[in-house]
Amino acid sequence: MPAKEKKEKERGIRKKAFKCAFPKTIPIFAGFWFLGISYGIYMNVSGFSFLYPMLMGLTIFGGSLEFVAVTMLLGSFAPLQTLIMTLMIQARHLFYGIAMLEKYKGTGWKKPYLIFGMCDESFSINYSAEIPEDVDKGWFMFFVTLLNQIYWVTGAALGGLLGSLIQFNTEGLDFVMTAMFVVIFLEQWLKEKKHYTALIGVSVSAVCLLVFGAESFMIPTMVCILCFLTVFRGPIEKAGGLT
Amino acid sequence: MTMTERIITIGLCVIGTMATRFLPFLLFRPNKKTPRYIQYLGKALPAAIFGMLVVYCLKNVSVLTGSHGLPELIAIALVVVLYLWKRNMLLSIAGGTICYMLLVQTVF
Repeated sequence: MPAKEKKEKERGIRKKAFKCAFPKTIPIFAGFWFLGISYGIYMNVSGFSFLYPMLMGLTIFGGSLEFVAVTMLLGSFAPLQTLIMTLMIQARHLFYGIAMLEKYKGTGWKKPYLIFGMCDESFSINYSAEIPEDVDKGWFMFFVTLLNQIYWVTGAALGGLLGSLIQFNTEGLDFVMTAMFVVIFLEQWLKEKKHYTALIGVSVSAVCLLVFGAESFMIPTMVCILCFLTVFRGPIEKAGGLT
Repeated sequence: MTMTERIITIGLCVIGTMATRFLPFLLFRPNKKTPRYIQYLGKALPAAIFGMLVVYCLKNVSVLTGSHGLPELIAIALVVVLYLWKRNMLLSIAGGTICYMLLVQTVF
């Protein structure tokens, strides 16, 4: 194939993947601008230049940790504690990685970026989206991840720049993230024939939340989910219905 | 904190985060066969994770005080009904969010 024709074809593939990926990220745009701007404002009123939220959004790209990092930066220097806190807050990514081992296979040079940008939202979309046969999966997941990161970084920078100038009633807008996870959970639920693992996820998290409280229930939740899935592996696999 | 200490602190956040994101991919290389147990987890985990993420989003809702989690309950019900009815992700999310904003800003 002549070089020019090949280039045209590749452009077509990218365009198609982008058109398919963009609509999926619209709810995340709303959520990330809201949360990102809030985060930027928070850093701004804590006395940091907008470069901090912008660069931290670019390099860490994990909302909950970035909020906690503000407190760390304001306190005294404690590297070991910082690292342990980070690993505890971010441990759920280990699960995402295990779930994405297959899907990220064969994505070539895009793979390191896909893993780098695997936040809750990018993982959820990339895992659950039904990508049409004729759309390139690698480019689709790349654009989902990239767009999400652009939303987050621009939101954080904007919040840091404008600070507390922004005054409009956005109370409750953060619910957009909850709504998105509810829809993805429901989508997954409707796809499955058996609901054992979904039920394990919800009930274990709810019980751990009651027992350990909002600040420290995630690690016990993950350990319990792993235990349940391991102990009941036989019945779950026998029942089938795993997608 | 000095500038260097700030950079180290942020650097540790980056390293810790990347460790959790990259570790599974470094442990289970595509050219080697992934253990059966990990393959099973890869399939069984996602539904459990999405359930966990829903609870995670709702972790600060208090059932005993304030609005007793009613706005959340109503809005989630709307999200579910809209989705079962129209099967349109954006419509459900937008509908649920607008409903929730109206509830917390005007009713509760």
